[in-house]
Order: sequence, then structure tokens, then C-alpha cells
Amino acid sequence: MLIDLIILACGIAMALAAIGAVVTRSLLVSIILSGGVSLIASLVFLLMGAPDVAMTEAAIGSGLTTVVYLYALSRSKQADNEDSEERVENPSKETGVQP
Amino acid sequence: MNILALIGAINPVAASGAVVILIGLWGVLARPNIFKIAIAFSIMETGVNLLILSVGYIRGRTAPILDSAADAATATIKMTDPVPQALVLTSIVIGLAVTALMLSYAVRLKAGKDGSSIEAWGEEKW
Amino acid sequence: MMRKVLVTLAIIGFAFALLPMVFEAGTPDAPGGLASAYLEKSPQDFATANVVTAIVVSYRGFDTLGEVAVLFAATAGVGALLTRKRLGLTEPDAPKTPSTEILYTATNLLTSLLVMFGVYIFIHGHLTPGGGFQGGVVIATAVLLNLLASPGSHVAHSVMSAVESLSGAFYVGLGLLGAFLAWGFLDPRVLPIGKIGALVSAGSIPLIYSVIGLKVGAELSAILDALKGDRE
Repeated sequence: MLIDLIILACGIAMALAAIGAVVTRSLLVSIILSGGVSLIASLVFLLMGAPDVAMTEAAIGSGLTTVVYLYALSRSKQADNEDSEERVENPSKETGVQP
Repeated sequence: MNILALIGAINPVAASGAVVILIGLWGVLARPNIFKIAIAFSIMETGVNLLILSVGYIRGRTAPILDSAADAATATIKMTDPVPQALVLTSIVIGLAVTALMLSYAVRLKAGKDGSSIEAWGEEKW
Repeated sequence: MMRKVLVTLAIIGFAFALLPMVFEAGTPDAPGGLASAYLEKSPQDFATANVVTAIVVSYRGFDTLGEVAVLFAATAGVGALLTRKRLGLTEPDAPKTPSTEILYTATNLLTSLLVMFGVYIFIHGHLTPGGGFQGGVVIATAVLLNLLASPGSHVAHSVMSAVESLSGAFYVGLGLLGAFLAWGFLDPRVLPIGKIGALVSAGSIPLIYSVIGLKVGAELSAILDALKGDRE
């Protein structure tokens, strides 16, 4: 029963992080929050008794997926605000990753 | 019936997975920027993995690894279901591959003519 | 306005479709017939301590072969889409700013540790939680850390291609060896099974998982290399 309540609390945290990732206008914040959703999902996998799956989700979901998003964002000419149509010439200043 | 009986009846992992899938679906349908659509798709894939794994969730049991906690004689009494775990392992890796391919398409679209909003590609609709 | 109404209807429809699963998934108290058979037979047939490894490599080994093929197709797609000519980078790159000192020093200390950790994970895949995919991702993380710490460096392209192709061929070769010498394709009983818990046990499962780990690590490094803009 205790583990059920902990998993429900993690589920509420995941839902809040996912809503935050979709609603916000900045692309950097939504990338970090989607990495946070994967991290909490990895914790839920561990609490259910699936350590293989927890390791894979932690390494791939909140490790490599976030880095792939940051590389793609700094390779394109997209500005940080998702609604703007401007073409940024040097986006690596905003993302911090030099392609 | 009271709240505690209702909470005992639902599967908490399946409930979290279903809520995350619905939020990801809303993000895919309601936002025009291609990068935001890719991020919401990845959130939806995490929810789908949670939902698949919730089928094998048996309360009070341990991981399917033979060691001092559960040896070969008591295997079927003390272990959770290992088959959905094998399926979700495959699904997570393929999710990363699909995300990388989707993002490379988004980068090529943005480096092409005009914006990264899907409204700009309206003439491609049937 | 019409669009918002349609989006809301779609989400409500999906919620109705997912609602019975929330109440009925995971209600049985014991694993079903197939899962019980896997749990009982796996120490007798293959002598692995990790039942999920036995399922992924040998009982459902064909699915793993398909997954490796999908990963290869995605890597080939990313590498074909993001060449330098198509990204519009015709002239050579501008000199990049060097990284900070903490990142540089920590990467020099951590790289060997990370590679050893990754190799440990996929060699012990049949004893502890872990396996080929997790170990491959850790090795790709070590390569990524080096790419971030020295921004002018490149991934050695020919070494990655050679490792990836040879690992894939070796994987299929081990499977065919199982078809000729043992009971079927990808059957690990070509080598002696041994005792549960020893490192050299479970037939050719450690070999298969090591080869999968090397292949996944090489492919993810190739994806990072293409995204960095070094692909001709």
C-alpha cells in the first residue's frame, strides 16, 4: 500500500512536469522538463521491480535524448521562443552546445 | 464507495501512464512549432512504456533475477512478470532512434526555405 | 475555434479508450502460463541468473535482431540527411571557443572509468541487471563527453563503421552457429552452459550481449557525429 502511494505521488509529479513542458513558450525549458519526466519514470520502473528497464530509461531518456535535442536545436536556426519566426545566426550562444 | 477503496482498485502505474499519454497527445495536436511537437512525442512515448509495463505489475513481488532474495525453487511465487519488461526494453531504444530521425527532419526543414511552424507548410495538405 | 473543439474531442475519446486499462491492468495475482514457464525453465535450460536477459537474447531473440535492424536504419537515415552539403556548410568551420577547465579535467579523469563501466555492464548481463543496450549507451556517453570537452575534435569515422559492421556480422554469425550446432537460430547452447552465477556460464549469451553492446555504442556515436555536422 505504501509503494502504491509513492507511485501515485510520482505520477502526479510526472503529470505536472509534462504539463509544464507543453505549456511553456521557451524551448530550453521544455527540453529540461521532458528529461525530468523520463527521470521520474525511471524511478517508477525501479519501484515496480524492473531494474533492467529502469537503467535503460535513465540512460537513454534523460541522458541521450536531452543531448540529441540540444544538438539539433543548436544546428538549426531556431530562436528560443517557439513563436518567433526569426532566424538566429549563432544559436550556440543560447543552448550552450557548440555543434 | 470511499476514496481508499477506489485508490486500491486502480493500477497506479497505468493511471500515471495514461495521464502522461493524454498530455503528450494534447501537446502534439495543439502546438504549431515542429520542435515542440517532437518533444511532446517523446513524452507520449514515455507514457506508452509505462502503460505497457503496468500489465506485469504484481503487488509485493521482487525483480526477476535469481539471487538470495528469490532462488530457483520459489521463482514463480516471488517474481514479477518478466515478459513485458523484455518488450519495454526494446521499445525504449526504438523510441530514441525515432526521435533522432524526427529531429533531423526538423533541422532540414528549418534550414530550408521558411519557418519551423507547421502552418507554413499548409500547401502540402490534401 | 473548430480546431480546438476537435482537439478536445480527440483527447476525450482517447481517455475513454484508456480508461478500462487503468482499472483492469495488472489485476491477476500470479504471472500467467507463459511467464511461469519462462521463470521455471530459464535456470535449467540456460543457467542465467537474469531471466529478462534469457528472454531478450534467446527465447525472443528474433525481436532483438529486428530492434538492432531498426536502430541501424535510423542511424543510416540520420547520417544521410545531415551531411555537410545539405546543412549548407560549404566553407570550413570557424574556430570554436575552448571549454571550461572543470569540464576538460573531469573528462580526462572520467573517460576510462566510463568505458570500463560500460564494458562491465554488458559482460555481466546474464548475472546482474543490465546488458548490451545499457552498456552501449554508457560507452556512447563517454564519447559524447569527449566531444563536449574538446570542441574541435572528431569521431574517428572509419573505426566506428568497422566496429559496427563487424559486430553486426558477428551477431548473425553466432545465431547461425546456433542453428547448425544446437537446437535453433540464436540458441546459446553452442558453448557449455556451466553453473548459475559464474562469469563464464550461460553458453554464448555473454558473447551475444557484448557484440550487441559494441554495435549500439558505435551507432549512437555515429548519430552524435552526424548531428555535430562532421559527416561528408
